[in-house]
Amino acid sequence: MTGIVTTPEVATPPATAAARPERRRSTRRRSGRGALVGWLFLLPATVFYIAFVLWPILSTINYSFYDWNGITPATFVGVQNYVALVTQPELLGSIINAFVLIIFFSLIPTALGLVIAATIRGISGSRLAGIARVVLFLPQIIPLVAAGIIWTWLLSTDGLINQLLRGIGLGGITRAWLGDFTTALPAVGVIGAWVLLGLCTLLLLSGMSKLDPSLSEASRLDGAGAVREFLSITVPLLKAEIGVCITVTVIAALASFDIIYIATQGGPGNSTMVPGLQIFYLAFTQREVGLASALAVALMVLVLAVVLPIQRIFRGNDQ
Amino acid sequence: MSSVTTVRAGIPGRIILILLMIVTVVPFVSVFITALHPSGTYPSGIALPATPHWENFVQAFQVADMGALLLSSGIIVLAVVPISMLISTMAGFALGHLRPPGSRIAFLAFVLGLTLPLEGIITPLYYQVRSMGLLNTRWAIILPLIGLYMPFAIVWMRAHFIGMPAEITEAARIDGASTWQLFWRVQVPLARPALSSLGILLFLWTWNQFLLAIVLVDDPLKRTMAGALGAFQGQWGTNIPLLCAGALLILTPTLIVYLVFQRAFISALLEGSVKA
Repeated sequence: MTGIVTTPEVATPPATAAARPERRRSTRRRSGRGALVGWLFLLPATVFYIAFVLWPILSTINYSFYDWNGITPATFVGVQNYVALVTQPELLGSIINAFVLIIFFSLIPTALGLVIAATIRGISGSRLAGIARVVLFLPQIIPLVAAGIIWTWLLSTDGLINQLLRGIGLGGITRAWLGDFTTALPAVGVIGAWVLLGLCTLLLLSGMSKLDPSLSEASRLDGAGAVREFLSITVPLLKAEIGVCITVTVIAALASFDIIYIATQGGPGNSTMVPGLQIFYLAFTQREVGLASALAVALMVLVLAVVLPIQRIFRGNDQ
Repeated sequence: MSSVTTVRAGIPGRIILILLMIVTVVPFVSVFITALHPSGTYPSGIALPATPHWENFVQAFQVADMGALLLSSGIIVLAVVPISMLISTMAGFALGHLRPPGSRIAFLAFVLGLTLPLEGIITPLYYQVRSMGLLNTRWAIILPLIGLYMPFAIVWMRAHFIGMPAEITEAARIDGASTWQLFWRVQVPLARPALSSLGILLFLWTWNQFLLAIVLVDDPLKRTMAGALGAFQGQWGTNIPLLCAGALLILTPTLIVYLVFQRAFISALLEGSVKA
Protein backbone atom coordinates (compact mmCIF):
# COMPACT_ATOMS: atom_id res chain seq x y z
CA MET A 1 0.00 0.00 0.00
CA THR A 2 2.70 2.48 0.98
CA GLY A 3 4.51 1.76 -2.29
CA ILE A 4 1.55 2.84 -4.36
CA VAL A 5 1.02 6.21 -2.79
CA THR A 6 4.56 7.43 -2.10
CA THR A 7 6.39 9.91 -4.30
CA PRO A 8 3.77 10.89 -6.85
CA GLU A 9 6.43 12.48 -9.09
CA VAL A 10 7.87 9.09 -9.95
CA ALA A 11 4.55 7.54 -10.77
CA THR A 12 3.06 10.40 -12.84
CA PRO A 13 3.70 10.48 -16.60
CA PRO A 14 6.45 12.97 -17.58
CA ALA A 15 4.09 15.30 -19.46
CA THR A 16 2.01 16.18 -16.42
CA ALA A 17 4.93 16.05 -14.07
CA ALA A 18 6.36 19.20 -15.63
CA ALA A 19 3.14 21.13 -15.12
CA ARG A 20 2.72 19.86 -11.63
CA PRO A 21 4.46 22.41 -9.40
CA GLU A 22 2.17 25.26 -10.57
CA ARG A 23 -1.00 23.21 -10.59
CA ARG A 24 -0.35 21.80 -7.22
CA ARG A 25 -1.17 24.90 -5.22
CA SER A 26 -4.35 25.91 -6.95
CA THR A 27 -6.04 22.71 -8.07
CA ARG A 28 -4.34 19.92 -6.19
CA ARG A 29 -7.66 18.63 -4.90
CA ARG A 30 -9.13 18.47 -8.38
CA SER A 31 -6.18 16.68 -9.97
CA GLY A 32 -6.81 13.12 -11.04
CA ARG A 33 -4.24 11.61 -8.77
CA GLY A 34 -5.40 13.50 -5.67
CA ALA A 35 -8.95 12.40 -6.38
CA LEU A 36 -7.84 8.80 -6.72
CA VAL A 37 -5.96 8.88 -3.42
CA GLY A 38 -8.92 10.56 -1.72
CA TRP A 39 -11.30 7.92 -2.95
CA LEU A 40 -8.92 5.12 -1.97
CA PHE A 41 -9.16 6.45 1.58
CA LEU A 42 -12.95 6.51 1.31
CA LEU A 43 -13.23 3.10 -0.29
CA PRO A 44 -13.29 0.61 2.63
CA ALA A 45 -15.86 2.60 4.61
CA THR A 46 -17.98 3.12 1.51
CA VAL A 47 -17.96 -0.60 0.69
CA PHE A 48 -19.18 -1.51 4.20
CA TYR A 49 -21.75 1.28 4.17
CA ILE A 50 -23.16 0.29 0.78
CA ALA A 51 -23.17 -3.45 1.55
CA PHE A 52 -24.74 -3.30 5.01
CA VAL A 53 -26.76 -0.07 5.03
CA LEU A 54 -27.59 1.41 1.62
CA TRP A 55 -28.25 -1.91 -0.13
CA PRO A 56 -30.51 -3.17 2.70
CA ILE A 57 -32.42 0.15 2.58
CA LEU A 58 -33.06 -0.39 -1.14
CA SER A 59 -34.01 -4.03 -0.46
CA THR A 60 -36.49 -2.95 2.21
CA ILE A 61 -38.13 -0.54 -0.24
CA ASN A 62 -38.19 -3.30 -2.86
CA TYR A 63 -39.66 -5.94 -0.49
CA SER A 64 -42.36 -3.49 0.59
CA PHE A 65 -44.12 -3.81 -2.80
CA TYR A 66 -44.38 -7.59 -2.57
CA ASP A 67 -46.34 -10.20 -0.72
CA TRP A 68 -43.66 -12.61 0.46
CA ASN A 69 -43.43 -15.24 3.21
CA GLY A 70 -39.66 -15.48 2.90
CA ILE A 71 -39.74 -18.92 1.27
CA THR A 72 -42.01 -19.25 -1.77
CA PRO A 73 -41.71 -16.79 -4.71
CA ALA A 74 -42.95 -13.27 -3.94
CA THR A 75 -45.97 -11.69 -5.65
CA PHE A 76 -45.97 -8.04 -6.65
CA VAL A 77 -48.84 -6.25 -4.87
CA GLY A 78 -48.08 -2.57 -5.54
CA VAL A 79 -48.90 -0.24 -2.65
CA GLN A 80 -51.20 -2.76 -0.96
CA ASN A 81 -48.86 -3.14 2.03
CA TYR A 82 -48.85 0.62 2.52
CA VAL A 83 -52.64 0.69 2.38
CA ALA A 84 -52.64 -1.97 5.11
CA LEU A 85 -50.45 0.28 7.27
CA VAL A 86 -53.10 2.97 7.49
CA THR A 87 -56.15 0.69 7.48
CA GLN A 88 -55.13 -2.10 9.89
CA PRO A 89 -55.65 -0.70 13.40
CA GLU A 90 -52.86 -2.73 15.01
CA LEU A 91 -50.27 -1.40 12.53
CA LEU A 92 -51.40 2.22 12.80
CA GLY A 93 -51.69 1.73 16.57
CA SER A 94 -48.02 0.82 16.85
CA ILE A 95 -47.07 4.12 15.20
CA ILE A 96 -49.39 6.04 17.53
CA ASN A 97 -47.84 4.28 20.55
CA ALA A 98 -44.38 5.38 19.39
CA PHE A 99 -45.59 8.98 19.41
CA VAL A 100 -47.07 8.57 22.89
CA LEU A 101 -43.67 7.30 24.03
CA ILE A 102 -42.10 10.60 22.88
CA ILE A 103 -43.84 12.22 25.89
CA PHE A 104 -41.97 9.89 28.24
CA PHE A 105 -38.70 9.45 26.38
CA SER A 106 -38.31 13.08 25.26
CA LEU A 107 -40.49 15.68 26.89
CA ILE A 108 -40.22 14.49 30.49
CA PRO A 109 -36.42 13.94 30.51
CA THR A 110 -35.78 17.23 28.70
CA ALA A 111 -38.15 19.34 30.82
CA LEU A 112 -37.17 17.68 34.09
CA GLY A 113 -33.53 17.73 33.04
CA LEU A 114 -33.72 21.49 32.48
CA VAL A 115 -35.22 22.14 35.90
CA ILE A 116 -32.77 19.83 37.65
CA ALA A 117 -29.78 21.22 35.77
CA ALA A 118 -30.79 24.79 36.66
CA THR A 119 -31.19 23.81 40.31
CA ILE A 120 -27.88 22.00 40.63
CA ARG A 121 -25.96 24.45 38.45
CA GLY A 122 -24.71 26.40 41.46
CA ILE A 123 -23.06 23.30 42.90
CA SER A 124 -21.81 21.80 39.62
CA GLY A 125 -18.22 22.14 40.78
CA SER A 126 -18.76 20.41 44.11
CA ARG A 127 -17.68 16.94 45.13
CA LEU A 128 -21.27 15.75 45.33
CA ALA A 129 -21.81 16.81 41.71
CA GLY A 130 -18.72 14.85 40.71
CA ILE A 131 -20.13 11.68 42.24
CA ALA A 132 -23.57 12.43 40.81
CA ARG A 133 -22.10 12.67 37.33
CA VAL A 134 -20.80 9.11 37.56
CA VAL A 135 -24.04 7.80 39.08
CA LEU A 136 -26.41 9.54 36.68
CA PHE A 137 -24.67 8.01 33.70
CA LEU A 138 -25.16 4.44 34.90
CA PRO A 139 -28.42 3.94 32.93
CA GLN A 140 -26.55 4.96 29.76
CA ILE A 141 -23.83 2.39 30.29
CA ILE A 142 -25.95 -0.69 30.86
CA PRO A 143 -27.71 -2.45 27.97
CA LEU A 144 -31.34 -1.40 27.52
CA VAL A 145 -32.15 -5.09 27.96
CA ALA A 146 -30.85 -4.89 31.51
CA ALA A 147 -32.89 -1.74 32.18
CA GLY A 148 -35.89 -3.67 30.89
CA ILE A 149 -35.25 -6.66 33.17
CA ILE A 150 -34.62 -4.48 36.22
CA TRP A 151 -37.78 -2.43 35.73
CA THR A 152 -39.95 -5.40 34.85
CA TRP A 153 -39.18 -6.61 38.34
CA LEU A 154 -39.67 -3.20 39.99
CA LEU A 155 -43.05 -2.71 38.30
CA SER A 156 -44.35 -6.22 38.96
CA THR A 157 -47.14 -7.04 41.44
CA ASP A 158 -44.67 -7.69 44.27
CA GLY A 159 -42.13 -5.15 43.09
CA LEU A 160 -40.63 -2.12 44.75
CA ILE A 161 -43.03 0.40 43.18
CA ASN A 162 -46.09 -1.31 44.65
CA GLN A 163 -44.30 -1.77 47.96
CA LEU A 164 -43.62 1.98 48.09
CA LEU A 165 -47.22 2.79 47.15
CA ARG A 166 -48.52 0.56 49.95
CA GLY A 167 -46.04 2.20 52.30
CA ILE A 168 -47.52 5.65 51.67
CA GLY A 169 -51.10 4.45 51.94
CA LEU A 170 -51.84 4.14 48.24
CA GLY A 171 -52.29 0.37 48.36
CA GLY A 172 -55.54 0.81 46.42
CA ILE A 173 -53.85 1.71 43.15
CA THR A 174 -51.24 -1.05 43.16
CA ARG A 175 -51.32 -3.38 40.18
CA ALA A 176 -49.09 -5.25 37.74
CA TRP A 177 -48.17 -2.01 35.95
CA LEU A 178 -46.82 -3.68 32.82
CA GLY A 179 -49.73 -6.13 32.57
CA ASP A 180 -52.57 -3.63 32.72
CA PHE A 181 -54.04 -2.33 29.44
CA THR A 182 -54.25 1.28 30.66
CA THR A 183 -50.91 1.52 32.47
CA ALA A 184 -48.57 -0.67 30.38
CA LEU A 185 -47.60 2.01 27.86
CA PRO A 186 -46.91 4.74 30.46
CA ALA A 187 -45.02 2.14 32.54
CA VAL A 188 -42.78 1.34 29.58
CA GLY A 189 -42.40 5.09 29.11
CA VAL A 190 -41.20 5.44 32.71
CA ILE A 191 -38.41 2.94 31.98
CA GLY A 192 -37.32 5.07 29.01
CA ALA A 193 -37.51 8.24 31.10
CA TRP A 194 -35.30 6.63 33.75
CA VAL A 195 -32.72 5.66 31.12
CA LEU A 196 -32.64 9.09 29.46
CA LEU A 197 -33.10 11.55 32.35
CA GLY A 198 -29.47 11.41 33.50
CA LEU A 199 -28.12 11.93 29.99
CA CYS A 200 -30.39 14.95 29.39
CA THR A 201 -29.57 16.48 32.77
CA LEU A 202 -25.84 16.21 32.23
CA LEU A 203 -26.02 17.45 28.62
CA LEU A 204 -27.99 20.52 29.72
CA LEU A 205 -25.73 21.06 32.72
CA SER A 206 -22.63 21.05 30.53
CA GLY A 207 -24.40 23.58 28.28
CA MET A 208 -25.21 25.78 31.27
CA SER A 209 -21.65 25.71 32.50
CA LYS A 210 -20.62 27.37 29.22
CA LEU A 211 -23.02 30.28 29.74
CA ASP A 212 -21.60 33.61 30.79
CA PRO A 213 -22.30 34.01 34.55
CA SER A 214 -22.51 37.80 34.17
CA LEU A 215 -25.81 37.36 32.28
CA SER A 216 -27.43 35.78 35.30
CA GLU A 217 -25.98 38.43 37.59
CA ALA A 218 -27.33 41.15 35.33
CA SER A 219 -30.81 39.68 35.42
CA ARG A 220 -30.60 39.38 39.20
CA LEU A 221 -29.66 43.04 39.44
CA ASP A 222 -32.65 43.89 37.24
CA GLY A 223 -34.76 42.21 39.90
CA ALA A 224 -35.66 39.07 37.96
CA GLY A 225 -36.44 36.06 40.15
CA ALA A 226 -34.92 32.61 39.65
CA VAL A 227 -37.92 31.40 37.63
CA ARG A 228 -37.89 34.46 35.38
CA GLU A 229 -34.17 34.16 34.85
CA PHE A 230 -34.55 30.47 34.00
CA LEU A 231 -37.30 31.07 31.43
CA SER A 232 -36.01 34.22 29.76
CA ILE A 233 -32.24 33.72 29.89
CA THR A 234 -31.18 30.14 30.55
CA VAL A 235 -33.68 28.30 28.34
CA PRO A 236 -33.23 30.46 25.19
CA LEU A 237 -29.44 30.30 25.45
CA LEU A 238 -29.51 26.52 25.78
CA LYS A 239 -31.37 26.10 22.51
CA ALA A 240 -28.64 24.00 20.93
CA GLU A 241 -28.37 21.62 23.91
CA ILE A 242 -32.14 21.29 24.20
CA GLY A 243 -32.20 20.45 20.50
CA VAL A 244 -29.63 17.71 21.04
CA CYS A 245 -31.63 16.23 23.94
CA ILE A 246 -34.85 16.22 21.97
CA THR A 247 -33.25 14.75 18.85
CA VAL A 248 -31.52 11.91 20.67
CA THR A 249 -34.54 11.04 22.78
CA VAL A 250 -37.11 11.29 19.98
CA ILE A 251 -35.09 8.81 17.92
CA ALA A 252 -34.91 6.57 21.01
CA ALA A 253 -38.72 6.73 21.34
CA LEU A 254 -39.65 6.17 17.69
CA ALA A 255 -37.09 3.38 17.23
CA SER A 256 -37.62 1.76 20.64
CA PHE A 257 -37.25 -2.01 20.71
CA ASP A 258 -35.06 -3.54 23.44
CA ILE A 259 -36.97 -2.30 26.51
CA ILE A 260 -40.37 -3.27 25.16
CA TYR A 261 -39.21 -6.63 23.82
CA ILE A 262 -38.06 -7.50 27.34
CA ALA A 263 -40.74 -5.83 29.45
CA THR A 264 -44.04 -6.50 27.63
CA GLN A 265 -43.40 -8.05 24.17
CA GLY A 266 -45.89 -5.44 22.93
CA GLY A 267 -48.69 -6.57 25.22
CA PRO A 268 -51.05 -6.82 26.91
CA GLY A 269 -52.98 -7.06 23.65
CA ASN A 270 -51.20 -4.57 21.43
CA SER A 271 -51.17 -1.83 24.05
CA THR A 272 -47.38 -1.37 24.00
CA MET A 273 -46.71 -2.45 20.42
CA VAL A 274 -44.25 -0.13 18.65
CA PRO A 275 -43.12 -0.15 15.00
CA GLY A 276 -39.70 -1.68 15.74
CA LEU A 277 -41.19 -4.65 17.56
CA GLN A 278 -44.01 -5.01 15.04
CA ILE A 279 -41.46 -5.22 12.19
CA PHE A 280 -39.63 -7.95 14.11
CA TYR A 281 -42.79 -10.00 14.67
CA LEU A 282 -44.11 -9.51 11.13
CA ALA A 283 -40.81 -10.45 9.52
CA PHE A 284 -39.65 -13.28 11.75
CA THR A 285 -42.71 -14.90 13.34
CA GLN A 286 -45.67 -14.07 11.09
CA ARG A 287 -43.52 -14.28 7.94
CA GLU A 288 -45.17 -11.22 6.39
CA VAL A 289 -41.95 -9.85 4.93
CA GLY A 290 -43.66 -7.38 2.56
CA LEU A 291 -45.80 -5.87 5.29
CA ALA A 292 -42.83 -5.74 7.70
CA SER A 293 -40.85 -3.91 5.02
CA ALA A 294 -43.60 -1.38 4.36
CA LEU A 295 -43.69 -0.60 8.08
CA ALA A 296 -39.88 -0.39 8.07
CA VAL A 297 -39.95 2.16 5.25
CA ALA A 298 -42.63 4.11 7.11
CA LEU A 299 -40.50 4.09 10.27
CA MET A 300 -37.37 5.30 8.46
CA VAL A 301 -39.33 8.11 6.76
CA LEU A 302 -41.08 8.99 10.02
CA VAL A 303 -37.81 9.37 11.94
CA LEU A 304 -36.42 11.65 9.25
CA ALA A 305 -39.67 13.62 9.02
CA VAL A 306 -39.62 14.25 12.78
CA VAL A 307 -35.88 14.79 13.28
CA LEU A 308 -35.15 17.12 10.35
CA PRO A 309 -37.60 19.85 11.48
CA ILE A 310 -36.28 19.54 15.05
CA GLN A 311 -32.74 20.08 13.76
CA ARG A 312 -33.94 23.06 11.70
CA ILE A 313 -35.73 24.66 14.65
CA PHE A 314 -32.93 24.22 17.15
CA ARG A 315 -29.90 24.72 14.97
CA GLY A 316 -31.13 26.79 12.03
CA ASN A 317 -31.24 30.40 13.24
CA ASP A 318 -28.68 29.81 15.94
CA GLN A 319 -25.59 30.64 13.96
CA MET B 1 -22.20 38.14 49.78
CA SER B 2 -21.83 35.94 46.73
CA SER B 3 -20.69 32.97 48.81
CA VAL B 4 -23.80 33.31 50.96
CA THR B 5 -26.07 33.13 47.92
CA THR B 6 -24.29 30.08 46.49
CA VAL B 7 -24.60 28.23 49.79
CA ARG B 8 -28.28 29.06 50.02
CA ALA B 9 -28.85 28.13 46.38
CA GLY B 10 -26.85 24.98 46.99
CA ILE B 11 -29.22 23.38 49.51
CA PRO B 12 -32.23 22.68 47.22
CA GLY B 13 -29.70 21.76 44.54
CA ARG B 14 -28.08 19.19 46.81
CA ILE B 15 -31.43 17.74 47.85
CA ILE B 16 -32.58 17.38 44.24
CA LEU B 17 -29.27 15.91 43.20
CA ILE B 18 -29.37 13.32 46.00
CA LEU B 19 -32.97 12.44 45.13
CA LEU B 20 -32.02 11.95 41.51
CA MET B 21 -29.12 9.73 42.50
CA ILE B 22 -31.43 7.66 44.70
CA VAL B 23 -33.87 7.21 41.80
CA THR B 24 -30.97 6.08 39.62
CA VAL B 25 -29.40 3.69 42.10
CA VAL B 26 -32.36 2.17 43.95
CA PRO B 27 -33.38 -0.07 41.01
CA PHE B 28 -29.92 -1.65 41.09
CA VAL B 29 -30.08 -2.08 44.87
CA SER B 30 -33.49 -3.70 44.62
CA VAL B 31 -32.23 -6.16 42.01
CA PHE B 32 -29.15 -6.90 44.10
CA ILE B 33 -31.16 -7.64 47.23
CA THR B 34 -33.57 -9.78 45.23
CA ALA B 35 -30.64 -11.76 43.87
CA LEU B 36 -29.78 -12.79 47.44
CA HIS B 37 -33.14 -14.48 48.06
CA PRO B 38 -33.53 -18.27 47.79
CA SER B 39 -33.53 -19.36 44.15
CA GLY B 40 -37.02 -19.90 42.74
CA THR B 41 -38.90 -17.84 45.35
CA TYR B 42 -40.92 -14.65 44.79
CA PRO B 43 -39.44 -12.06 47.13
CA SER B 44 -41.33 -8.80 47.49
CA GLY B 45 -39.80 -5.40 46.77
CA ILE B 46 -36.89 -4.50 49.00
CA ALA B 47 -36.91 -7.06 51.82
CA LEU B 48 -33.70 -8.55 53.09
CA PRO B 49 -33.59 -12.36 53.01
CA ALA B 50 -33.11 -14.25 56.28
CA THR B 51 -29.75 -15.45 55.02
CA PRO B 52 -28.11 -14.04 51.88
CA HIS B 53 -27.91 -16.69 49.16
CA TRP B 54 -24.65 -15.75 47.47
CA GLU B 55 -24.69 -19.09 45.67
CA ASN B 56 -27.23 -17.59 43.22
CA PHE B 57 -24.36 -15.71 41.63
CA VAL B 58 -22.34 -18.88 41.31
CA GLN B 59 -25.30 -20.70 39.81
CA ALA B 60 -26.03 -17.83 37.40
CA PHE B 61 -22.38 -17.73 36.39
CA GLN B 62 -22.52 -21.41 35.55
CA VAL B 63 -25.91 -21.63 33.81
CA ALA B 64 -25.21 -18.48 31.75
CA ASP B 65 -21.72 -19.78 30.91
CA MET B 66 -20.28 -16.36 31.70
CA GLY B 67 -16.75 -17.25 30.68
CA ALA B 68 -17.86 -18.17 27.16
CA LEU B 69 -20.09 -15.09 26.99
CA LEU B 70 -17.25 -12.77 27.88
CA LEU B 71 -15.08 -14.41 25.26
CA SER B 72 -17.77 -14.09 22.60
CA SER B 73 -18.47 -10.42 23.29
CA GLY B 74 -14.74 -9.81 23.48
CA ILE B 75 -14.15 -11.36 20.05
CA ILE B 76 -16.95 -9.30 18.52
CA VAL B 77 -15.68 -6.07 20.08
CA LEU B 78 -12.09 -6.80 19.02
CA ALA B 79 -13.21 -7.27 15.43
CA VAL B 80 -15.73 -4.46 15.15
CA VAL B 81 -14.08 -1.61 17.02
CA PRO B 82 -10.57 -1.51 15.47
CA ILE B 83 -11.82 -2.07 11.90
CA SER B 84 -14.54 0.56 12.29
CA MET B 85 -12.07 3.02 13.77
CA LEU B 86 -9.49 2.46 11.04
CA ILE B 87 -11.78 2.74 8.03
CA SER B 88 -13.86 5.60 9.44
CA THR B 89 -10.71 7.56 10.28
CA MET B 90 -9.46 7.06 6.72
CA ALA B 91 -12.84 8.17 5.35
CA GLY B 92 -13.07 11.09 7.78
CA PHE B 93 -9.59 12.17 6.68
CA ALA B 94 -10.65 11.96 3.03
CA LEU B 95 -13.87 13.94 3.62
CA GLY B 96 -12.45 16.49 6.01
CA HIS B 97 -9.03 17.00 4.50
CA LEU B 98 -8.33 15.48 1.06
CA ARG B 99 -11.82 16.30 -0.25
CA PRO B 100 -11.69 14.52 -3.61
CA PRO B 101 -14.38 15.50 -6.14
CA GLY B 102 -17.71 13.96 -5.18
CA SER B 103 -16.88 13.96 -1.47
CA ARG B 104 -19.77 16.34 -0.68
CA ILE B 105 -22.24 13.81 -2.02
CA ALA B 106 -20.46 10.99 -0.19
CA PHE B 107 -20.65 13.00 3.04
CA LEU B 108 -24.37 13.66 2.60
CA ALA B 109 -24.95 9.95 1.97
CA PHE B 110 -23.25 9.14 5.28
CA VAL B 111 -25.15 11.88 7.15
CA LEU B 112 -28.39 10.42 5.85
CA GLY B 113 -27.55 7.21 7.72
CA LEU B 114 -27.16 9.00 11.08
CA THR B 115 -30.82 8.74 12.06
CA LEU B 116 -31.45 5.33 10.50
CA PRO B 117 -33.30 3.01 12.88
CA LEU B 118 -31.79 -0.48 12.73
CA GLU B 119 -35.28 -2.02 12.60
CA GLY B 120 -35.66 -0.37 9.20
CA ILE B 121 -33.12 -2.69 7.60
CA ILE B 122 -33.12 -5.73 9.88
CA THR B 123 -35.33 -7.81 7.54
CA PRO B 124 -33.14 -7.56 4.41
CA LEU B 125 -30.03 -7.90 6.59
CA TYR B 126 -31.33 -11.28 7.71
CA TYR B 127 -31.79 -12.56 4.14
CA GLN B 128 -28.49 -11.01 3.05
CA VAL B 129 -26.52 -12.59 5.89
CA ARG B 130 -28.31 -15.90 5.25
CA SER B 131 -27.37 -15.87 1.57
CA MET B 132 -23.76 -15.17 2.59
CA GLY B 133 -23.96 -18.33 4.72
CA LEU B 134 -23.06 -16.39 7.86
CA LEU B 135 -26.23 -16.87 9.89
CA ASN B 136 -25.52 -18.01 13.44
CA THR B 137 -21.85 -16.96 13.26
CA ARG B 138 -20.21 -13.95 14.88
CA TRP B 139 -19.63 -12.50 11.40
CA ALA B 140 -23.39 -11.94 11.23
CA ILE B 141 -23.00 -9.33 13.98
CA ILE B 142 -19.53 -8.05 13.10
CA LEU B 143 -19.96 -7.15 9.42
CA PRO B 144 -23.32 -5.31 9.61
CA LEU B 145 -22.23 -3.43 12.75
CA ILE B 146 -19.16 -2.02 10.98
CA GLY B 147 -21.39 -0.73 8.18
CA LEU B 148 -23.94 0.66 10.63
CA TYR B 149 -21.29 2.57 12.59
CA MET B 150 -19.92 4.32 9.49
CA PRO B 151 -22.25 7.36 9.50
CA PHE B 152 -21.55 8.33 13.11
CA ALA B 153 -17.86 7.39 13.08
CA ILE B 154 -17.17 9.23 9.83
CA VAL B 155 -19.05 12.38 10.82
CA TRP B 156 -17.14 12.29 14.12
CA MET B 157 -13.70 11.89 12.54
CA ARG B 158 -14.42 14.35 9.72
CA ALA B 159 -15.31 16.98 12.33
CA HIS B 160 -11.92 16.36 13.92
CA PHE B 161 -9.94 16.60 10.67
CA ILE B 162 -11.76 19.77 9.59
CA GLY B 163 -10.59 21.40 12.80
CA MET B 164 -6.93 20.58 12.12
CA PRO B 165 -4.88 23.54 10.81
CA ALA B 166 -3.71 23.22 7.19
CA GLU B 167 -0.14 24.20 8.16
CA ILE B 168 0.46 20.74 9.60
CA THR B 169 -0.19 19.15 6.23
CA GLU B 170 1.83 21.72 4.35
CA ALA B 171 4.80 21.22 6.62
CA ALA B 172 4.62 17.46 6.12
CA ARG B 173 4.27 17.87 2.34
CA ILE B 174 7.33 20.13 2.19
CA ASP B 175 9.21 17.38 4.02
CA GLY B 176 8.20 15.12 1.13
CA ALA B 177 5.63 12.99 2.93
CA SER B 178 3.12 11.04 0.83
CA THR B 179 -0.56 11.16 1.67
CA TRP B 180 -0.32 7.76 3.33
CA GLN B 181 2.64 8.83 5.46
CA LEU B 182 0.95 12.12 6.27
CA PHE B 183 -2.07 10.17 7.45
CA TRP B 184 -0.27 7.59 9.58
CA ARG B 185 2.68 9.53 10.95
CA VAL B 186 1.15 12.99 11.41
CA GLN B 187 -2.65 13.00 11.42
CA VAL B 188 -3.51 9.77 13.24
CA PRO B 189 -1.26 10.52 16.26
CA LEU B 190 -2.82 13.99 16.49
CA ALA B 191 -6.31 12.49 16.33
CA ARG B 192 -5.77 10.40 19.46
CA PRO B 193 -8.32 12.20 21.70
CA ALA B 194 -11.06 11.97 19.05
CA LEU B 195 -10.14 8.33 18.42
CA SER B 196 -10.26 7.30 22.06
CA SER B 197 -13.74 8.80 22.55
CA LEU B 198 -14.89 7.07 19.38
CA GLY B 199 -13.43 3.80 20.60
CA ILE B 200 -15.30 4.02 23.90
CA LEU B 201 -18.62 4.71 22.20
CA LEU B 202 -18.20 1.89 19.68
CA PHE B 203 -17.20 -0.52 22.44
CA LEU B 204 -20.30 0.33 24.45
CA TRP B 205 -22.68 0.15 21.49
CA THR B 206 -21.24 -3.18 20.36
CA TRP B 207 -21.32 -4.75 23.82
CA ASN B 208 -24.94 -3.59 24.26
CA GLN B 209 -26.16 -4.47 20.76
CA PHE B 210 -29.34 -6.51 21.06
CA LEU B 211 -31.48 -6.62 17.90
CA LEU B 212 -28.77 -7.89 15.52
CA ALA B 213 -27.82 -10.57 18.04
CA ILE B 214 -31.30 -11.98 18.56
CA VAL B 215 -32.23 -11.93 14.87
CA LEU B 216 -29.02 -13.21 13.29
CA VAL B 217 -27.49 -15.49 15.94
CA ASP B 218 -29.46 -18.22 17.73
CA ASP B 219 -26.64 -19.48 19.94
CA PRO B 220 -26.28 -17.17 22.99
CA LEU B 221 -22.62 -18.14 23.24
CA LYS B 222 -21.93 -16.47 19.88
CA ARG B 223 -23.80 -13.28 20.76
CA THR B 224 -23.00 -9.94 22.38
CA MET B 225 -23.55 -9.50 26.12
CA ALA B 226 -26.95 -7.83 25.65
CA GLY B 227 -28.09 -10.60 23.30
CA ALA B 228 -26.99 -13.23 25.77
CA LEU B 229 -28.86 -11.46 28.55
CA GLY B 230 -32.00 -11.61 26.40
CA ALA B 231 -31.59 -15.38 26.07
CA PHE B 232 -30.95 -15.69 29.79
CA GLN B 233 -34.18 -13.86 30.54
CA GLY B 234 -36.06 -16.12 28.13
CA GLN B 235 -34.75 -19.20 29.90
CA TRP B 236 -34.79 -18.14 33.58
CA GLY B 237 -37.43 -15.39 33.47
CA THR B 238 -39.60 -17.10 36.09
CA ASN B 239 -36.80 -17.66 38.60
CA ILE B 240 -36.59 -14.04 39.78
CA PRO B 241 -33.60 -14.28 42.17
CA LEU B 242 -31.54 -16.19 39.61
CA LEU B 243 -32.54 -13.75 36.83
CA CYS B 244 -31.50 -10.80 38.98
CA ALA B 245 -28.17 -12.45 39.80
CA GLY B 246 -27.56 -13.20 36.12
CA ALA B 247 -28.47 -9.68 35.02
CA LEU B 248 -26.07 -8.19 37.56
CA LEU B 249 -23.27 -10.56 36.53
CA ILE B 250 -23.71 -9.65 32.88
CA LEU B 251 -23.58 -5.96 33.82
CA THR B 252 -20.44 -6.27 35.92
CA PRO B 253 -17.77 -6.16 33.16
CA THR B 254 -19.22 -2.96 31.66
CA LEU B 255 -19.56 -1.40 35.10
CA ILE B 256 -15.93 -2.14 35.93
CA VAL B 257 -14.70 -0.70 32.64
CA TYR B 258 -16.96 2.32 33.16
CA LEU B 259 -15.76 3.01 36.69
CA VAL B 260 -12.12 2.72 35.64
CA PHE B 261 -12.48 5.03 32.62
CA GLN B 262 -15.37 7.13 33.95
CA ARG B 263 -14.06 10.53 32.87
CA ALA B 264 -13.38 9.38 29.32
CA PHE B 265 -16.76 7.61 29.15
CA ILE B 266 -18.74 10.62 30.33
CA SER B 267 -17.07 13.09 28.01
CA ALA B 268 -17.39 10.63 25.11
CA LEU B 269 -21.10 10.12 25.76
CA LEU B 270 -21.78 13.84 26.09
CA GLU B 271 -19.84 14.75 22.93
CA GLY B 272 -21.26 11.73 21.15
CA SER B 273 -24.86 12.84 21.57
CA VAL B 274 -24.04 16.38 20.51
CA LYS B 275 -22.53 15.21 17.23
CA ALA B 276 -25.18 12.59 16.49
